[in-house]
Amino acid sequence: MHLENLISENEFCAKHNIEISFIRSIQEIGLIEITTIEETGYIHENQLQELEKIICLYYELDINLEGIDTIFNLLQRITQMQDELTQLKNRLRFYEAKAKSGSN
Amino acid sequence: MFIDYYKILGIAKTATPDEIKKAYRKLARKYHPDLNPGDNEAKQSFQKVNEANEVLSDPEKRKKYDQHGKDWQHADDIENMQRNQNQSTNSSRQSYSGAQSGSDFSDFFESMFGGSSSGGRSRQAKFRGQDYNAELRINLTDAYETHKRTLTVNDKNIRITIPAGVENGQVIKIAGHGGAGINGGPNGDLFITFSIANHQVFKRLANDLYCTIDLDLYTAILGGEITIDTLKGKVKLNVKPETQNGSIVKLKGKGFPVYKEEGRFGDLYITYSIKTPTNLTEKQKELFSELSKLKS
Repeated sequence: MHLENLISENEFCAKHNIEISFIRSIQEIGLIEITTIEETGYIHENQLQELEKIICLYYELDINLEGIDTIFNLLQRITQMQDELTQLKNRLRFYEAKAKSGSN
Repeated sequence: MFIDYYKILGIAKTATPDEIKKAYRKLARKYHPDLNPGDNEAKQSFQKVNEANEVLSDPEKRKKYDQHGKDWQHADDIENMQRNQNQSTNSSRQSYSGAQSGSDFSDFFESMFGGSSSGGRSRQAKFRGQDYNAELRINLTDAYETHKRTLTVNDKNIRITIPAGVENGQVIKIAGHGGAGINGGPNGDLFITFSIANHQVFKRLANDLYCTIDLDLYTAILGGEITIDTLKGKVKLNVKPETQNGSIVKLKGKGFPVYKEEGRFGDLYITYSIKTPTNLTEKQKELFSELSKLKS
């Protein structure tokens, strides 16, 4: 693991004005992974977006961590369904185009 | 246009700060962009709710809004208001920062409060820049090969690689090409949705291509070799004797490239459309008559 892709949880918490215990709770619930190097916890940069989302939902919208976990699961399902919808739309488009070229 | 912030939050003009906070959170949970991915209507509603909260949760802004809100178009008054405006920065609890920028506020807000009042919105250090969304229209033949393209997003040129096999409606993320990060944070991402125009000849279904080709009666009956066009170039094809109209042949690996799986292709399905001859000569008519007699 390259250190340049990691942000120490202390630095992150200081920037976002949050307690380190909050990050640990998120880790315990399985929403993010923390990498420990020489007793310091690090967050991978590709998790920042999710983490900031969690912070926003927790602090700004007053949603507890269990609720956020549920939301993330549902959002994942929405993404899958959106992908499926795109596939079905393309299938429909294909048959429409075929029918159109057949009628010409 | 005057905006009734109380109406947006669904609260009375006498609402307490707690009632405002409660109403805001309820509506924010409903319309929050993170909870409504890809829903522009929800995003717009969220911006209104956010703006209403920005004003009503700040005692000074609320006071100004209550006193002068309806007269916001009277420039002198507004100017006075702005001159007298105490640069209050600490009273407002920050609203959602992820998808916000000054331009997300209405003209009404900008006129009343002179901008996005960023000072009042920074309880947390904003870290990541805003995500951008764009649509890119390309042809089917463009999507057939990996190629580079330069896009202009928010006046910046971005050179991107479009992988072969990209699908209509597919969204790809260009990391770091969204809005600039704040306080040294990373930039947001650019999300590009592909819109692929239908092709005149080839119809695509996932990784397979379909086309219909005309076949003359004689080749259909006697068989033979024909040359057809594919997206990869010309291909020779053996037609079996006694080929029926509407029959389909599959050319393995001559379809569309599989997205991000180099060297893998779908199949090409060809439907034969047999064309019977027209403007027959006397001789041809005679021969067809003979064939007709042989039929029985």
